[in-house]
Amino acid sequence: MKIAVCVKRVPDMELRFAIAGDRKSLDQGGLKYDMSDFDGYALEVALRLVEKQGSGEVELLCLGPDGVQEILRKGLAMGAARAIQLKADTVPVDGLAIAQALAAELGTGGYDLILFGRMATDTASGTVGPMVAELLGLPCVTSISHLELDVGRGMARRDLEGATETVRFPLPAVLTIDEGIARPRLATLKGIMAAKKKPLEVKPAALGEVRLIVETMALPPERSGPKFMGEGADAVPELVQRLHTEAKVL
Amino acid sequence: MAALLAFAESRSGELRKVAFEAVTAARAAADSSGGGEVHALLIGAPGIAGRAEELGRFGADVVIVVEHPALDRYSPEVFAATAADRLRAGGYRAAFFAASAQGRDLAPRVAARLGVSLASDATEVELQSGAVVARHPAYTGKVIVTLRLTGEPALLSLRPGAITPRETPRPGRVEAAAPAMDPASARVVVTELTQSAGARLDIGEAPVIVSGGRGLRAPENFKLVEDLAAAIGNAAVGATRAVTDDGWRPPTDQIGQTGRLVSPDLYIAVGISGAIQHLAGMRTAKTIVAINRDKDAPIFKIADYGIVGDLFEVVPRLTAEIRKVRGTQ
Repeated sequence: MKIAVCVKRVPDMELRFAIAGDRKSLDQGGLKYDMSDFDGYALEVALRLVEKQGSGEVELLCLGPDGVQEILRKGLAMGAARAIQLKADTVPVDGLAIAQALAAELGTGGYDLILFGRMATDTASGTVGPMVAELLGLPCVTSISHLELDVGRGMARRDLEGATETVRFPLPAVLTIDEGIARPRLATLKGIMAAKKKPLEVKPAALGEVRLIVETMALPPERSGPKFMGEGADAVPELVQRLHTEAKVL
Repeated sequence: MAALLAFAESRSGELRKVAFEAVTAARAAADSSGGGEVHALLIGAPGIAGRAEELGRFGADVVIVVEHPALDRYSPEVFAATAADRLRAGGYRAAFFAASAQGRDLAPRVAARLGVSLASDATEVELQSGAVVARHPAYTGKVIVTLRLTGEPALLSLRPGAITPRETPRPGRVEAAAPAMDPASARVVVTELTQSAGARLDIGEAPVIVSGGRGLRAPENFKLVEDLAAAIGNAAVGATRAVTDDGWRPPTDQIGQTGRLVSPDLYIAVGISGAIQHLAGMRTAKTIVAINRDKDAPIFKIADYGIVGDLFEVVPRLTAEIRKVRGTQ
């Protein structure tokens, strides 16, 4: 079984963000990066499938500048066999432009499965996975929380709002992985050492035309602090009064 | 004036609230740019046409109804092929989907089929001359990104709850259409749809969400949160990641960066300190109330109203007060 896992490098969300002078990008000062959370789950699912089958391998694919090699090495240390960086100076916000670059690479790989995280934690868009599937003409199931594979086909479950869908699909397929399906493993020292020798290929990204652009980025308006702060249960009547008359939400 | 298309999401023969939000958003965008028709696309099993009138009430001039016995459940390929076909044939300027589980599955497929861009999880949309502009909270809501979409149709998915459905009656004239592909030839098939236990209001649909965190100390204490939600009436119960990780609540209740992203009118955070992970899911709520023992908890920084105190005293009192207010109305 040959599995590709597409990963994205995202900033550490715990940090304070500042907007750069162009008002269209983040100020890079002090930013730290890591693999997007959901991609870690996707990689874990891929590694377990290969381990269970006792054959096959996991390949990583990431689009971005040279800094993304750090997360590719991390994925290799977790157990992926090889990695490809599709080199682009910046990652566009247009999911289709990215999907076109990934599809161009993935289309020639002969993969049984192509996995993505449900969404990247920076943009929260979740568009690239299903777009890649469409571009490659492959079946696709998004946001799956449970997966079972049989010869040539699979069954997945996806959580909707207040309901769950059970979905049947043939392989090869594109899947996007939700949280909770499998907790990502930590890289071992042995894995980290081994990762240094694993192949990491760099190719130019064939990005599609960018038609979705960032016009401006801004920090949300500072909240001036609560309009009402009370203490203890005695503050409840005033809170209810204000929610009723001021905020008009009760 | 090119028309706008709104995808009307349904489940088990019923329209979902996000369908009205999509139609409302399209109507508002059309009206603010000099009028123009709003068409709604409604796909489902025979009988779904009976829902068309409801879409007219929220501003659809035309409801394109695609009925087929095999479409009682979502079929990604059939829905995507049908939506892409209608968009191609209709010369629409923009199309509005919900950033719901179904909309997030469908909209990117349609965008890729048409070779157009998609702005996901938008909270505001504006039609400008030559472009569509959307605002989208990114980086866990710490940054508001304004996106410009060029090319037609511009595809958008709207964060559930960000648009308040508004009645602006239009004819809602029904036009029947056929699915763009034979549902029997779909490769991806939804074999089962299981509604979650109970008739609880979903956190994506509820105008009010009451959420609980670790401050509740034990799973059985969620009763306090449920009682408060019940007293409010139109409220759903949510939870933090810490709580769902510990198995106190199902993972589907999780609100946060890796859970649901919601925009209710009122969000009440009970015993929630306000970790980044959680704030990412709820900071676009219109009014935020926090109840926490620690006056320095980060949740108070984004709250509109707060009470510092023991939730085991404050919440039952709040529930009682709301019952009183409700009782006298």
